[in-house]
Amino acid sequence: MSKRYETVIGLEVHVELATKTKIFCSCSTQFGGAPNTHTCPVCTGMPGSLPVLNKQVVEHSLAVGLALNCQVNRRCRFDRKNYFYPDNPQNYQISQLYLPLCRDGFVEIETEAPGAEAGVSDSGKASDAEAGASDSGKSFGAENGKRRKRIGIHEIHMEEDAGKLIHEEASGCSLVDYNRSGVPLIEIVSEPDMRSAEEVIAYLEKLRMTIQYLGASDCKLQEGSMRADVNLSVREMGAKELGTRTEMKNLNSFKAIARAIESERKRQIGLLESGKPVVQETRRWDDGSGISYPMRSKEDARDYRYFPDPDLPPLEISDDWIARIRENQPELQEAKLERYQTEYGLPAYDARILTDSRHLAHIFEETAALCQKPKEVSNWLMVEGMRLLKEQEMEAEDIRFSAENLARLIELVEKKTINRTVAKQVFEAVFKDDIDPEAYVKDHGLSVVDDESTLRSAVKAVMDANPQSVQDYRNGKEKAAGFLVGQTMRAMKGKAAPGLVNKLVMELLKEIVG
Amino acid sequence: MNLLNLTAVELGKKIRAGEVTSMDAVRQVFERIKARESSVHAYVTLDEEGAFRRAEQVQRQIEAGELTGPLAGVPAALKDNLCTRGMRTSCGSRILENFVPFYTAEAVCRLEAAGAVILGKTNMDEFAMGSTTETSAFGATRNPWNLEHVPGGSSGGSCAAVAAGECFYALGSDTGGSIRQPSAFCGVTGLKPTYGTVSRYGLVAYGSSLDQIGPVAKDVADCAAVLEAIASYDRKDSTSIKREDTDFTGALIDDVRGMRIGVPADYFGDGLNKEVKAAIFAALEVLQAKGAVVEEFDLPLMKYAVPAYYIIASAEASSNLARFDGVKYGFRAKEYDGLHDMYKKSRSQGFGPEVKRRLMLGSFVLSSGYYDAYYQKALKTKALIKEAFEQAFARYDLIAAPAAPFTAPKLGESLKDPLQMYLGDVYTVSANLAGLPALSVPCGVDSEGLPIGMQLIGGHFQEKKLLRAGFSYQQSRRYQGPEASADEAGKERSAYE
Repeated sequence: MSKRYETVIGLEVHVELATKTKIFCSCSTQFGGAPNTHTCPVCTGMPGSLPVLNKQVVEHSLAVGLALNCQVNRRCRFDRKNYFYPDNPQNYQISQLYLPLCRDGFVEIETEAPGAEAGVSDSGKASDAEAGASDSGKSFGAENGKRRKRIGIHEIHMEEDAGKLIHEEASGCSLVDYNRSGVPLIEIVSEPDMRSAEEVIAYLEKLRMTIQYLGASDCKLQEGSMRADVNLSVREMGAKELGTRTEMKNLNSFKAIARAIESERKRQIGLLESGKPVVQETRRWDDGSGISYPMRSKEDARDYRYFPDPDLPPLEISDDWIARIRENQPELQEAKLERYQTEYGLPAYDARILTDSRHLAHIFEETAALCQKPKEVSNWLMVEGMRLLKEQEMEAEDIRFSAENLARLIELVEKKTINRTVAKQVFEAVFKDDIDPEAYVKDHGLSVVDDESTLRSAVKAVMDANPQSVQDYRNGKEKAAGFLVGQTMRAMKGKAAPGLVNKLVMELLKEIVG
Repeated sequence: MNLLNLTAVELGKKIRAGEVTSMDAVRQVFERIKARESSVHAYVTLDEEGAFRRAEQVQRQIEAGELTGPLAGVPAALKDNLCTRGMRTSCGSRILENFVPFYTAEAVCRLEAAGAVILGKTNMDEFAMGSTTETSAFGATRNPWNLEHVPGGSSGGSCAAVAAGECFYALGSDTGGSIRQPSAFCGVTGLKPTYGTVSRYGLVAYGSSLDQIGPVAKDVADCAAVLEAIASYDRKDSTSIKREDTDFTGALIDDVRGMRIGVPADYFGDGLNKEVKAAIFAALEVLQAKGAVVEEFDLPLMKYAVPAYYIIASAEASSNLARFDGVKYGFRAKEYDGLHDMYKKSRSQGFGPEVKRRLMLGSFVLSSGYYDAYYQKALKTKALIKEAFEQAFARYDLIAAPAAPFTAPKLGESLKDPLQMYLGDVYTVSANLAGLPALSVPCGVDSEGLPIGMQLIGGHFQEKKLLRAGFSYQQSRRYQGPEASADEAGKERSAYE
């Protein structure tokens, strides 16, 4: 390639809000359920039904908007987006176009310092070079090999989800399930401030973390509670005008997003290099084949005939309301990260891992409060916890054990009821089935054996079985004592009190050696 | 005893007093329906069996002292755009020909709680789009005063049913005059309340920002009783308003002394039929004689009301009626090729020409590139009209106007020239654009014996002033239906000649 290109990316992220009921009726938002059981006249678009706004939706949306540093429209409105499709029971979607809830926010992301990131060939250096120029000076600060950058939020608006279509091959029939119809969503529209897949992933991670911390959504890409559409264009380095962009849909994982960005960037550069224009269109990513296909072009773009929904009066948002949302804002990751280091004395790395999941941070804090041993708790979660998560291919969000049981386990170790080797086995049981460690230790006979006569006969038996080792010790090989201790521990299935075994081995050896 | 000449409130009193039963009233009303329906065609659905069952139930509740309101046991009719659980709700359209809702409109629930006995559903212009009830997919309704003429619309079935004695009162809906104009044409009293006073939940929407349910009855006292029953704050309707002053029957006082009534000069110009003008001026003289101050003034911007109304109502309708697509309920074309063909054929065959005309108009004014020039401008006009009324109500308690520029036209005359028909809404649409309450009271007949209506418009939440003025006016003019009036009209006419 003769020219240098930079990639310009903006994101439209849909997040399903964690409310109990739908945005405009009191039907349940619960996932699953037999088709069309979570429905009523409102969310099935029956004649004469009217929408009533769920206040919790506004509160979650405001919380997200404030956390993303947005301006709040004190008087926002809902608009109807008109289009015919059977998953849309009224044939219009209630959304916000003219006066969305939030505007003009930003988030700060951190990426590896340039040069190390993926897909650098053209755009990596580009973003480095234009950091101070065409990238509107949003990059700032690089420390510890990290580069920080501010990504603008254009707007956040509230809207309703559609139903689900099921195409039955056998009968040639299409069925529709309106259980999802009216589930509340927010759409977070970024500015075209991202320049690489790495920045996109960092941005999404940041959104996900923030929203999870706020409790506004669980943000699961695979389950569709967080969905990202990628708007991407390329332009020659130094060009002022943006290139023609495409919108990529059907991206179900961070990996798919990174792959689709790389593929689309190459496709567009390829077109430009061969003198062909990029067509403004919506494309669908097929992660299986690693190829995207055009869905619809600008020519057949629909005219949505947006207009203010006359069934919903303008929504007035008072200073008091905003103040209340701010007050109830939970501690977000940055603040926790800081506090874990100062209050609990954890290393920065550990604090980062623990706070990377709101759920893990919650378990950590709860357990630490119960047993008053934050470093112990952190060790268990960081070492054994992380090992098991990796082994079982789980996310931290999927952890199901209770703080109570982890705290009990730590106390058992502390009271020397069990030794560390056994404790790892018990932790695994806690992790898998959230068992009560005390009962488990009792049922499985895992308590430390510290009865001197029992241990003495065990040591004797080991020495009888290993006369060579005794002879070695006699000949001055002190290591032989360690071997005998190990053999005794093994014979006791790890339950013996190590200090006592050590003492007894030395005593008995001295008796023999004289 | 002939109960059919009684007003709803008079009948209710007799039922509560034990002089007659609700079943007696239902029996007589169905006799009348059987006699007149073949020529009037006020109803699209009748439920005789259900009405008798309900009358017996209500009668027991009245006797047990559980129902004590003025409307308990009184038979009523509902416009067919009000959803009724288990009873077909067609909106006068083929596309909802077999639609039976599983929920009931809030206003109807309120009426039922007041002890209403529902007789059936009345005919209407398809989806309330029309001024004659001729756009109904189930055939036109005829004016009980003269079967050659239309009853007006879109609540023509409700108004004709009241005039023909086929019910004691009815509910209608008014988006641009659909209660007031047919009330005038049928010689009955109709009231459009302040927007937000009656819940729209369960009213099949035409123009959501303009639609309001209201009563059609023999006189103002009946309208007050019905409005009192149906007015309520409803959480299910976000445009519903909390009001404390809903004791409307308390406003029925024969006293208009000092009441200031403004008469917009433009409303009584060249476009107005001379007989209509004379009848309204005569009515205003009655009020003046009772102590009201009647004064002519200039109400600006009224010529923009009709275009603004048709843009806004059609725009909202184009979106509101999108749900009728053959997918979930209602009519679906028999043969089609794929989804989009199914949409097209179902809607092409399911909707009539007037509805299609307005849906196309509405889609056009909302489309990209035209939104600002039409819809946005219409909204600005609406705001200016509202302001003009606010200024007028700083000086006047009420504004008097015709309900229509002429009396009921002959069947088949209006649909030939839709634009002319739209212009006939010139006196009524402003109240909807401004969200104001307005009352239509009969004030005589023309030389052909067709009724004339006077419209009184009030400021926001000023229904009580309307009711007081209407009630005072009707003190000397007891309700007379077409039969009773026939001789008298003849006498008047001969006297006039």
